[in-house]
Amino acid sequence: MNTWRLVEGSLHLLLLLGLPPLLPGVINKTKALMAGRVGPPVLQGYYDLAKLFRKGMVFSRTTTWVFKAGPVVAWVTTVLAGLLVPLMHHAPPAAFAGDMVLLVYLLALGRFFMAAAALDTGSPFEGMGAAREVSYASLAEPALFLGFIAMAKLTGSLSLAGMFSGTLPEGWSGAAAALVLVTASWFIVLLAENSRIPFDDPNTHLELTMIHEVMVLDHSGPALGLIEHGAAMKLFIFGALVLDVLIPVTTGDPWLDWALLLAGVLLLAVLIGLVESSMARLRLNNIPKLLVAACLLALFGVILLMV
Amino acid sequence: MALILVLAAAAVAGLSGLPALLARGRPRLGQGCATALLVAASATGLLSAAWALVTGSAVALSGAWAVPGGSFSVSLDALSTWFLLPVFLVPGLGAIFGLQYWRQAEHAEAGGRVQFFYGVLAGGMVLLVVARNSVLFLVGWELMAVAAFFLVATDDVQAETREAAWVYLVATHLGTAALMALFALMRQASGSFDWTPLSAGSLPPAAAAAAFLLALIGFGLKAGLMPLHVWLPSAHASAPSHVSAVMSGVMIKMGLYGLVRVTSLLPAPPLWWGILLLALGALSGVIAAAAALAQHDLKRMLAFSSIENVGLITLGLGLALVGRSVHNAAWIVLGLGGALLHVLNHSLFKSLLFFGAGAVLHATATRRMDALGGLAAAMPVTLTAWLVGALAVSAVPGFNGLPGELMLYLGLFDVVRGGSPAVALVATACIGGLALTGALALASFVRALGAIFLGTARSPVAHAAHEPPGPMTAVLGLLGGLCLAAGLAPFLLAPALEQVVAGWAGAAARGGAAVLGDTAVRSGLGLLELAPLRTLGWAGLAVLVPVALGTAWFLRLAGRISARRTSTAGAALGTWDCGYADPSSPRLQYTSSSFAALLVGLFGWAVALRRSPAAAPAMFPAPWAFATAPIDRLLARLVVPFCQRTAGRCTRVRVLQQGVLHIYLLYILGVLLLGIVWATLSPWSRG
Repeated sequence: MNTWRLVEGSLHLLLLLGLPPLLPGVINKTKALMAGRVGPPVLQGYYDLAKLFRKGMVFSRTTTWVFKAGPVVAWVTTVLAGLLVPLMHHAPPAAFAGDMVLLVYLLALGRFFMAAAALDTGSPFEGMGAAREVSYASLAEPALFLGFIAMAKLTGSLSLAGMFSGTLPEGWSGAAAALVLVTASWFIVLLAENSRIPFDDPNTHLELTMIHEVMVLDHSGPALGLIEHGAAMKLFIFGALVLDVLIPVTTGDPWLDWALLLAGVLLLAVLIGLVESSMARLRLNNIPKLLVAACLLALFGVILLMV
Repeated sequence: MALILVLAAAAVAGLSGLPALLARGRPRLGQGCATALLVAASATGLLSAAWALVTGSAVALSGAWAVPGGSFSVSLDALSTWFLLPVFLVPGLGAIFGLQYWRQAEHAEAGGRVQFFYGVLAGGMVLLVVARNSVLFLVGWELMAVAAFFLVATDDVQAETREAAWVYLVATHLGTAALMALFALMRQASGSFDWTPLSAGSLPPAAAAAAFLLALIGFGLKAGLMPLHVWLPSAHASAPSHVSAVMSGVMIKMGLYGLVRVTSLLPAPPLWWGILLLALGALSGVIAAAAALAQHDLKRMLAFSSIENVGLITLGLGLALVGRSVHNAAWIVLGLGGALLHVLNHSLFKSLLFFGAGAVLHATATRRMDALGGLAAAMPVTLTAWLVGALAVSAVPGFNGLPGELMLYLGLFDVVRGGSPAVALVATACIGGLALTGALALASFVRALGAIFLGTARSPVAHAAHEPPGPMTAVLGLLGGLCLAAGLAPFLLAPALEQVVAGWAGAAARGGAAVLGDTAVRSGLGLLELAPLRTLGWAGLAVLVPVALGTAWFLRLAGRISARRTSTAGAALGTWDCGYADPSSPRLQYTSSSFAALLVGLFGWAVALRRSPAAAPAMFPAPWAFATAPIDRLLARLVVPFCQRTAGRCTRVRVLQQGVLHIYLLYILGVLLLGIVWATLSPWSRG
C-alpha cells in the first residue's frame, strides 16, 4: 500500500513536471490546423525550454534581488500547488482539511513575486502587465472559491482529495446542473489565470492589451525558462481541477486511470485551442465582466445545491 | 503574582513619560529615561503575561474603591492575557523605535507631551484589558482615548493634523457615550457594575438587542469597523509613525477586545447578532481593501488595510456568535480562534509595516508613494522587513497572516456544509468576500512595495534615501522575525488559544443557557484537530526552504553571469526599452495610481478618485497637469450628510452650550438633583 502511494506520488510529480510543456504545443497545433497551417511541432515547448536553459541571462541595472527571486518563487509555489491537486481519480501526495485555501494562496505568493519582479524593472510596460495580472486574479479568485464551496456542499469534504473522489459521481446524477455551472465557471477561470484568449493573446508581443507576456518582458535565459515552465504547470493544474469535476470516474485499473487522465488533459488542450481559433480577444474593459460572470455562474451552482 | 506584576507594569508604563516631562531642559536624558522605563515595564508585563498564559490559571483581585459604583476589580483570565501580549510588546518596541525616529530634542514644543501621553496610552490599555468593573474599565478606556488624542495632535501646526485629531476626539466620545449606556443596561440586569456573566433571563430580548447594538457602536467606533471608520485613516496617518504603529497594531484591537468581552457576558445570542457581524466584517474587508488601493498616502493605505483586517476579525467573531446561537462548537473554535489568532498576528505585521513606513518617512520625509521609488538599493534591510510584512498581510503561506484566515475559511466552509440554507448563503457570501479581500490586499501591497522600493527613484528625496539608524533597524528585524516565527509555528499558540475560546464559550455557558461548557470545547474539538495549523507550519517550511535555497542558487548563478558579461561586454545594461527613448525614466514608470486604476474603477461605488481639473485639455494642448485625490464614498454619501443633518437638527439645543465652566457645573448639579429625585420617587428604579 505504502509503496503504491510512493509510486503514485512520484508519478504525480513526474507528470506535473514533465507533461505541461506539451500543452501549449497541443494548443498551438490545434490552432494551426484550424487555420490551415502546419504549425510548430507539438514538442516545441520542450525545445524552447531546452534552448532557454542553455542561454545566459541579462539583468537590467535597475533591478534588485527581487527581480531574480521572482521566477524562482513562482516556479516553486506552482510545483507545491501542483502537489495539492488531485489528478482525477488519483489522490494528491499531500491532502488535509483546508488545502484548497493553501492552493489558492500558494499561487498568490507566486503572483506577488512575479508582479514585484515586473515592477522592479521600472518599465512602464511591465508595470501595466503586473497591474492587469493582479487585477484580474482578484476577480478570478472568488470564482475559484465559490466553486470549492459547491464541491464542499456536495461532497461534505473540506479537502481537495475528498471533494473530487467518493461521492462526486453520485453528485453528477443528482446535481448535474450545479456541476455544469461550476465546470463552466472554472473553465473561464482557467482561461483567465493562464492568460489565454479571450483574456489575453499569448501569441502577440508588445501589444498593450497583454497581461502575462508583457509582465515577463525583461526576463531571459533560465529565468524565462522557469517562468514558461511554471506557466505551463499552472495551465496543467487548472486543467486538472476542471477535469476533476468533469470526469470523476474510475475504470478500476489505476494504469487505465492514468491513461484516461492523459487523454483528458490533451482533449482539454485541444478544446482551448478550439476556443482560441473561434474567437478574438476581448476588449480590456470587458474582461472584468466575464470574470464577474464566472463568479455568478459558480454562485448559481452553490444556490442550486442549497435549495 | 502575575497579576500584580502586570498592574505594576501598567503603572510604570503609564507614568513612564514623567521624566521626559520633568527634564524638559535635557530632552535626551528625559527621552532615554522614559524609554528605559517603558521598555522595562513592557518586558515585565510581557513575561508575566506569557507566564500566566502558560500556567493557565485565571487570577482575580478585588478591592473597594471610593468611586461610586466602582470597585477596583481586576482579573487576568486567558482572554485578557491574550490581548495583553500585543499591548505590552508593540508600545515597548515603539519607544525604542522612537528614540531615533522621533527625537525629543528635535521637538521642543511637543517633546515632553508626546513622551508622557505615549506612556499613558500604554498604561491605559493594560488597565482596560484587566478591568472587571465598568467604571474601572471606562477609566482605562478614557486614559487611552485622551492620550491618543494628544498623540494624534502631535504635529498640530498643520491644519490637517488638527482636523484629524478633532474628528478622532468626537468619534471616540461618541463611542464612550454608547458604552456608558451599555454599562447602565448591564447594571440593570446584574445589579452591579462588576462584570459577571448575565444569566439568561436577566435581560429581556429588546434590552439584550439594545446592549449588543450599543456595544457594536461603542467598540466598533474604536475598532474602525465600517461605516464607523471615518476617523481612523486621517488619525493614523497624522500621528508620528511609532504612534501609528501602536494605534493600528494595538489600540483598535481594544475595540475588538471590548466586543469579545461583552459578547461573552451577554447570554444566549440570537442568530442575527452573528449574521450582522459576519456581514459588517465582510463588507469592511472588501470596501477597505478597495479603498486601500486608491490611496496615494502610504500611511493612509496602511490605515485602510487595518480597517480591512478589523473586518476579518469581526467576521470571525460573528462566526463564533453564530456557533453559539446554534450550539456548534466547531464554529466557535474556528471563528473565535481564527479571529484572536489574527488579532495577535495583525498586531505584529501591521506594526512592522508602520515602523517600515516610519523608516521610509525618516529617510525621505514624504508619505506620497508616487514620489518614492527605487529605495531598495539604499535601504535593503527596510525592504526585506517590509516585504515580510507585505507578504504576511497578503496571507501567503509561510507568513503569519494565513493561519488566522485559514481558520476563518475552514469555519465558513463548515457552515456552508452543515448550516441551514440561510446561514449557509451568508457564509458563501463571506467566503467570496474573504477571497476578494485577500486578492485586493495582495494587489495593494504589491503596488506599495513596487512604488516605494522597486524601480527607479521618482524624486530627489528618493535618491537621497538612507537606511535608518541601528535601533530602528533592530526593531524592524525583530518584528520581521516574529512574523516569520508566528507563520511557521502557529500551532505553538494553539493551547493558549484553546483556553481563551473555552473561557469565552464557558462564560456564556455559566450564564445559564445550555450553550457549551469548557469541557465540550476542550475535549471533543481541539483546535489542532479542527485547523491544520501543524500542517500549515510544515507547508510554510516547504515553501520557504526551497524558495530560499533556489533564490540563493539563482542569485549566485546570476552573479556569475553578470560578472562574465561585464568583463566581456562592458557596462551593465538598462531595462529593455521596447524602442522607446528611455522607458526607465522615472516619469514613464507605472505609478501606484496607474497600477490600481483598473481595480479602483471596479469599486467606484465605494471609493473614487476625484480628478482636478476634471476635463482634459482641448486640441493643441499646452503643458498640462492634473491631480487626483481619493474620496471615500461611504463618508461622502452616508456619514457626512448624516452628521450635517444631525447638526442642523441640534442647533436649537446649542443654547445650552454656553462655553462657561460654571454653567456646565450647574448642569451637572441639576442632573444629579433630578436623578436623586427620580430615584427616590419612582418605585421600580431601585433595582
